[in-house]
Amino acid sequence: MSETLEKPAAAAVLNVVGTRPIRPDGADKVTGRATYGADFNMPGQLVGKILRSPHAHARIVSIDAGKARGLPGVKAVVTAADFPDLASEMHEGGEQASNLRDLSLNVMARGKALYDGHAVAAVAAVSTEVADAALALIKVTYEVLPHVTEVEDAMASGAPLLHAHLFTEGLPAKPASASNIARRHYNERGDIAQAFAAADVVVEQRYTTQAVHQGYIEPHACVAAWAEDGRCEVWSSSQGQFMVRTYCAKVLGREISDIRVTPAEIGGGFGGKTTVYLEPVALALSRASGHPVKMVMSRDEVFRATGPTSGSVMHVKLGATADGTITAAKVELKFQAGAFPGSPVGAACMTALACYDLANFTITGWDVVTNTPKVAAYRAPGAPIVAFAVESAVDELAVKLGMDPIAIREKNAVHNGTKAAYGPTFQNIGYVETLAAIRDSDHYKAPLGRNQGRGLAVGFWFNIGGESTAAVHIGEDGSAVVVTGNPDIGGSRASMAMMAAETLGLPVERVRPMIADTASIGYSMLTGGSRTTFATGMAVVQAAEQVVAELRKRAAKLWETTVEQVEWKGGQARCLDPAKPDKKPLTLEALAAQSGRMGGPISAQVSLNAQGAGPGFGVHLCDVEVDPDTGRVDVVRYTAAQDVGKAIHPAYVEGQVQGGVAQGVGWALNEAYIFDRDGKMENAGFLDYRMPVASDLPMLDTILVEVPNPRHPFGAKGVGEVPIVPPLAAVANAVRAAIGVRMPDLPLSPPVVLAAMDRRQG
Amino acid sequence: MSQLAYVAPSSPEEAATALAATGARPLSGGTDLLVQLRAGRVKPDVIVDLKRVAGAIGIREEAGGYVIGGATSGAVLGEHVGLVRAWPGVVEGANLIGSTQVQGRASLAGNLCNASPAADGVPALIAARATCVIVGPNGRREAPVEAIATGPGQTSLSPGEFILEFRLPPRPARASDAYLRLIPRTEMDIAVAGVGVNLVLDAQGRVAQAHVALGAVAPTALLVAEAGAALVGGRLDEASLAAMEAAARAACRPISDKRGTANYRTRIAGVLARRAALIAFARAGGQL
Ligand SMILES: Cc1cc2nc3c(=O)[nH]c(=O)nc-3n(C[C@H](O)[C@H](O)[C@H](O)COP(=O)(O)OP(=O)(O)OC[C@H]3O[C@@H](n4cnc5c(N)ncnc54)[C@H](O)[C@@H]3O)c2cc1C
Repeated sequence: MSETLEKPAAAAVLNVVGTRPIRPDGADKVTGRATYGADFNMPGQLVGKILRSPHAHARIVSIDAGKARGLPGVKAVVTAADFPDLASEMHEGGEQASNLRDLSLNVMARGKALYDGHAVAAVAAVSTEVADAALALIKVTYEVLPHVTEVEDAMASGAPLLHAHLFTEGLPAKPASASNIARRHYNERGDIAQAFAAADVVVEQRYTTQAVHQGYIEPHACVAAWAEDGRCEVWSSSQGQFMVRTYCAKVLGREISDIRVTPAEIGGGFGGKTTVYLEPVALALSRASGHPVKMVMSRDEVFRATGPTSGSVMHVKLGATADGTITAAKVELKFQAGAFPGSPVGAACMTALACYDLANFTITGWDVVTNTPKVAAYRAPGAPIVAFAVESAVDELAVKLGMDPIAIREKNAVHNGTKAAYGPTFQNIGYVETLAAIRDSDHYKAPLGRNQGRGLAVGFWFNIGGESTAAVHIGEDGSAVVVTGNPDIGGSRASMAMMAAETLGLPVERVRPMIADTASIGYSMLTGGSRTTFATGMAVVQAAEQVVAELRKRAAKLWETTVEQVEWKGGQARCLDPAKPDKKPLTLEALAAQSGRMGGPISAQVSLNAQGAGPGFGVHLCDVEVDPDTGRVDVVRYTAAQDVGKAIHPAYVEGQVQGGVAQGVGWALNEAYIFDRDGKMENAGFLDYRMPVASDLPMLDTILVEVPNPRHPFGAKGVGEVPIVPPLAAVANAVRAAIGVRMPDLPLSPPVVLAAMDRRQG
Repeated sequence: MSQLAYVAPSSPEEAATALAATGARPLSGGTDLLVQLRAGRVKPDVIVDLKRVAGAIGIREEAGGYVIGGATSGAVLGEHVGLVRAWPGVVEGANLIGSTQVQGRASLAGNLCNASPAADGVPALIAARATCVIVGPNGRREAPVEAIATGPGQTSLSPGEFILEFRLPPRPARASDAYLRLIPRTEMDIAVAGVGVNLVLDAQGRVAQAHVALGAVAPTALLVAEAGAALVGGRLDEASLAAMEAAARAACRPISDKRGTANYRTRIAGVLARRAALIAFARAGGQL
């Protein structure tokens, strides 16, 4: 089931936006023609492979690559010595800022290996077999150091130190000694001590979650070629070709204009492809060998050396009056950052209480380095983690007060005009409408079977705008090409084509969307932050509007009238001049056919920095059935409602919502990084890293609520991240309802749930 | 770099000869072997594909019982109406392996000889009292299924030997079997525990013979005689089920690892044994 609840809004009749045409990238994907990262090849290319640390924490005493270099077929070996030693410098890349020095140290370890899987050297050779043999011949002498993987262990005094010069930021005074705590985030409002003292009900609980991977199907892959004159070409699968260009330039000390990056088709990113791992290494190997170099990660490497998102320990305390008004909230978050600072704990602090209108709260977040892979963005970074804790706590409050889970959320809901806990004042939000959509759903009223329980949770994500470029080119036959700089990770090519078609008055089949390389379109921030349909879509619409303005101008010239007397409707110029009643409408085809005589090609490019992205809210309802003898949890029914502003292509919006839910259910039930006593990942493969398979999930029902964002030409809000925020708590609250025990530790694997049922029985 | 040869003999004798070479490895569906080859965990010099060997693929009736070619795929087993009727547990064990794609290749001989303690095809075969026909350089021999695996990744087969076929005993009236496993997901996963139960009822509907075999709770699949004995003579009343469950648990010697703690595996083995027994009993009594 899927439905759309539309608010009576802009009366404009839409012909394309809001329909469900076939995706323009679909045929290539289902026929196998689509060219993903690993599908690209260059004549004379070599195979690049990385040697990775087998230790979670070790000093690199020496690297002897002599034997490897001597192996026939080996063309280059590189180590950190082949990269510039960068100074610490922050770079704003889109959704998350990153420190360029850390980025380069993550690409290739210098002096110390900080996690199992950390790159320490790389080879380029004529074949995979030779490259593998060469890796085995590189002799790295390590001095193994004590390691720490758990966040609270890393915070403890006396913990093994990852970085001797890391001093906690965000404290009132600089601490006297280095630690693994990179930063403290803090935000407060009102007086919680007084509010807790006055509360009728208080709930308090410690929650934990484990590191989980984005789990994209396509492993990282690239081909890189360094020409003799220093020009660099990179073909790779990422969420942003401009991001790859910037990072390669910085890590290798090149000019931006020296590097051209061509985006491949992408097989999933979910935030995990917003940084580089292979590209700078492939370029360094290409420089050293004089050949193009291709690198493709194995799944084992993807798990051990890319992603994941943070594991966490959280404390949440809520106080409420007997009528369900939440009067005080205290939230403390400790997030694993992996080997370098930069966990999403800051975003988690900001989203923690974003759905609630609160007078008194404190939120503290700790960003903590650990001997685990450096975390990367994962869909709404940080928000699902903290929502698990906060939504479990609100559920507990509702249980204690005997209140309906929607009623307690409505009572404390943010509205238009509410000053959000993280600062801004909400406008044009559709939160209470989304709560109402679930309350009015069949699912909410449906009876439950034996051993079943129902859970509800809500979630919030900011969504962003930012810098984008788009071009619209009209062919001589009146068809159109839309060019952007944003890799399509969620169906954005379809929505770009649709918005252009709507504006131009063309059928969508006559508009071809394209994603160009960094030399062929203006700068665009990466695809992330749910920004593309909003920000790049805005650039597309403005470019199409410029095309329409040009077409009107040309029609006016032909008709010898003023532009004001020409309207553009249904893909045609129409003459409004009462003095010229005989002028037949001019189609886009007709105008395009004579473009040579009328001022040349019809084309427009718009670069902008989009402001005013509308935040998104989701409300999820989940039914589970728990096997009383084994603790196995089955999700038997799921409905996700979300305010999407305006669904440009409703089917792909529903797909985004369903995909977020599927990943969230996996996070809740079975996914987790497992480290052994030596800090090595034990489950670096899809057999023991248990993402849900299709048969694990019921049909995931969606309800699209449309409260338009007036800042977007068609009212769109970002939709791709919100849907992963509520599921962890929705599943956990459902399990609590089924077994009567609060479940504060993810994942809810069968042994964990069975143990909880045992505790209940005493 | 090392070379890998491939041969596909057509007679059992040729296959045995080819397998007697050093570094030779039999291949049935390849769903274990090829994965291990790519991961560098096995490095054979010769792959001897058994799928063209006469008798290695197919299902036939002989002397009142079924004979299953060792390399027969799960998909073929699942489509054989007579086999499914007589041995639904054996077939459901084989059919739980992997996914639709894997079913097109995965075989019972491969499942058994890969010698994973968690192999899904094995417990029901053991409970069925199936035997293997083994061909080798010195001719043929027959051995019970439980005699093949000797530990994780280890078998009792001598160099050159392979399993040509499995023989299931004749099926009397009022007999059936069942296999259940627990995995955290619904497919594409490895059993935390698995149990096969095979029952023969008498004319009064009482259990005349019972065999219970457990997977994933010891280095090899276990035939637990005490568990079977606990069911004989009754109609799966609570007392006999409880005794069977206790006997099954007592036989477990699992390890604790990332896939489950020893305690959890042991407990689940009991739960699954009870449930599988109830299913086999209902099937044998014609209620399912
Ligand atoms: C995606 C996936 C999912 C899987 N899921 C499951 C599952 O749910 N449950 C499960 O139990 N297994 C599972 N497996 C493992 C595998 O599919 C099974 O063990 C399968 O039964 C192996 O059969 P095969 O014919 O493919 O064996 P092969 O790979 O051909 O052989 C396996 C081993 O047995 C040897 N061998 C093969 N044939 C013979 C013979 N006739 N005589 C002697 N030795 C022989 C081979 O040399 C090799 O060592 C899965 C595998 C994959 C890839």
